Amino acid sequence: MADNSFADINEKYFDVLKEIGNIGAGNATTAIANMLNLRLDMKVPKVELIEVEKIGSAIGSEEQIVVGILLSVENDIDGSMMFLMDLPSAHHLVNRLMMRDPEYNEEFDDMDISAIREIGNIIAGSYLSALSGLTNLNITPSIPFVSIDMAAAILSVPAIQFGMVSDNALFIKTEFSDDVGINGYFILMPEGESYEKILRALGLPV
Amino acid sequence: MGEMIKVGMADLKACKAPDNLTTIGLGSCIGIAIYDPVTKISGLAHIMLPDSTQIRNNTNIAKFADTGIQKLYDDMIAMGANKSRLVAKIAGGATMFAGGASSAINVGQRNAEASKAKLKELGVRLLAEDTGLNYGRTVEFYSETGDYLIKAVGKPQKTI
Repeated sequence: MADNSFADINEKYFDVLKEIGNIGAGNATTAIANMLNLRLDMKVPKVELIEVEKIGSAIGSEEQIVVGILLSVENDIDGSMMFLMDLPSAHHLVNRLMMRDPEYNEEFDDMDISAIREIGNIIAGSYLSALSGLTNLNITPSIPFVSIDMAAAILSVPAIQFGMVSDNALFIKTEFSDDVGINGYFILMPEGESYEKILRALGLPV
Repeated sequence: MGEMIKVGMADLKACKAPDNLTTIGLGSCIGIAIYDPVTKISGLAHIMLPDSTQIRNNTNIAKFADTGIQKLYDDMIAMGANKSRLVAKIAGGATMFAGGASSAINVGQRNAEASKAKLKELGVRLLAEDTGLNYGRTVEFYSETGDYLIKAVGKPQKTI
């Protein structure tokens, strides 16, 4: 799979990747839930091989406004990680973190954005440390970057990154929600060689 | 009223008035609208990357500024547009995550530059552009008037 195209990706490995999403996102949702003292439910992760052209609609409507937190992942594994949620969810989380009136929904100020970034740090840290513990691989996240915009515009960033090397991107996507009003996605996007490394680290023949 | 034809990411389409063209959520990508004001044949390309020659796996020519604009130009000529009358407007090329350490950081700007260079090479005059900055754009191109409508989150609509 040296051409980085995921051409040889085998469906039987999807279950393994799904499990990675399960453990990583499980750890991350627990971290947020504990920090904010709420209950978060997580759906079964989806592993998808998406054509880069379709990444813009990977979480639904292309034009919906979302808050996107992007981190690049480095060291033994290269790739990107994204945490996306809709605007009401982001307000809900930030209000919770800042101990504000839950109904408050003024435009985010700098303080709110840095709270969102901090949420990104915690999520990425817990997701990746679970993955790192599982595989014994060294995985380091970059600092998080935040953008609030149309889903397609935000998702075009990883789309372009993958578009440079491949026609496809591998998505490990986990949806989470609570009973009040949080809805979001974790997406882990390992690059081709990293995907192999993960499988090899888990003792699977590649 | 004609139809509003949707152009996807790494996609291109040409049409004739009264039909119009749109593409949603341009981030660092560029929406290149080319237009013949007499025949009212218009085209829109949504490119993701500047240069096809630097990429190994390039099965989709609409993904790149160089090959995508060429294909759109050829398609429009084939539909009856006149080379010497073609003009263009471009939008997009934002940096969505300012300060991001990724290699994609300047891709918006490089996309804009590559698009302009290709238009120049083909002799298509650039009439207007709305590129750069840090927000996404949805665009609509109106074949009847040549208006290029740009919508962004939390900003007034503008027409170039």
